[in-house]
Amino acid sequence: MQIIQPHYHAIARTAQDYERMAMSGVVAVCEPAFWAGFDRRYPETFIDYFAQISEFEPTRAAEFGIRHYCWVAVNPKEAENTELTQEVLRHMPEFLKKPTCLGVGETGLHKSTQNEIDSLQAHVEIAMKHDQLVLIHTPHLSDKAHGTKTVLEVLAGMDVNPDKIWIDHVEEQTIESVLDAGYWAGMTLYPVTKCSPRRSVDILEKYSTERLLVNSSADWGPSDPFTLQESIVEFRRRGHSLQEAVEIYHNNPCRFLGQNPKWDIKPITIREE
Amino acid sequence: MLEPQKTLDTYYLEARRDLLEVAALLDRYDRSVEKQGQKAEDESRLNSLLEAMSLLSGGDHPKANRTEQLLNHFAKVS
Repeated sequence: MQIIQPHYHAIARTAQDYERMAMSGVVAVCEPAFWAGFDRRYPETFIDYFAQISEFEPTRAAEFGIRHYCWVAVNPKEAENTELTQEVLRHMPEFLKKPTCLGVGETGLHKSTQNEIDSLQAHVEIAMKHDQLVLIHTPHLSDKAHGTKTVLEVLAGMDVNPDKIWIDHVEEQTIESVLDAGYWAGMTLYPVTKCSPRRSVDILEKYSTERLLVNSSADWGPSDPFTLQESIVEFRRRGHSLQEAVEIYHNNPCRFLGQNPKWDIKPITIREE
Repeated sequence: MLEPQKTLDTYYLEARRDLLEVAALLDRYDRSVEKQGQKAEDESRLNSLLEAMSLLSGGDHPKANRTEQLLNHFAKVS
């Protein structure tokens, strides 16, 4: 089965992960800009990072026949440095023109401070101005419900197209409000701290799947790129067809990401002879 | 052995995850019952889980042997 990893921090992972993903059917990964584990001090550090994920990383993925795309943003955790944020935002449009850059992300909230909110608004404004997709991070653990509510309130006050916005890391307590507001919702499957593969399938069975995306977890912390395949196995084990699985784990990413013409992977229909 | 606070801080998130999995299983069962219009013929495993949670949430456990108690409890269900 062909699989797309919509949210994958490749620079934190090994070539062996690419190789194993290729062997398991992954045909494309999308790398949002991420927090490095420490707060970066210089705009130039971001510019080099954006160059890494828009120029170098596609060549590393291509070694294994995997397409690599990226997103650019200042991470919410670094939004407290307002001067740095403004300077990076000033450089972002040049990266949005890169042939594999799909949009602005991951922006969003971490502790839902005013500086984070201002940064989120500025990111969304740039995205809308340049007709880009937006990937929005929602907070972890006990901050999630409040942070997601705040994200929705911020977006409600802006002139945005919900079709082009993906709100990520939803769980059972936040998914309904995101879908009801008309946005795409992403589940991120972590070994411990976020949604699990089994719970993701529960959510897929409970809600309309038209605007749902499923991501593995792939970063420098405790994470596992193959939680996505675990979700697929669980989905199939519950009796859902191969085409239904393809719709969720391949075609839904194609439908959302395909709003950007740079994404040229098309939805698949399985034909039996 | 870890100190008390360190013990909680080290294992809290994993225990949180495991409890969420149990909650998800119970929700999954309820949704299946609602969809199928009937309960499982044998609900002894469901009842065993619910009883196990009562055992965990109940009172003091001076011998710190909850795990042993649960294993003995689960041994009653095939």
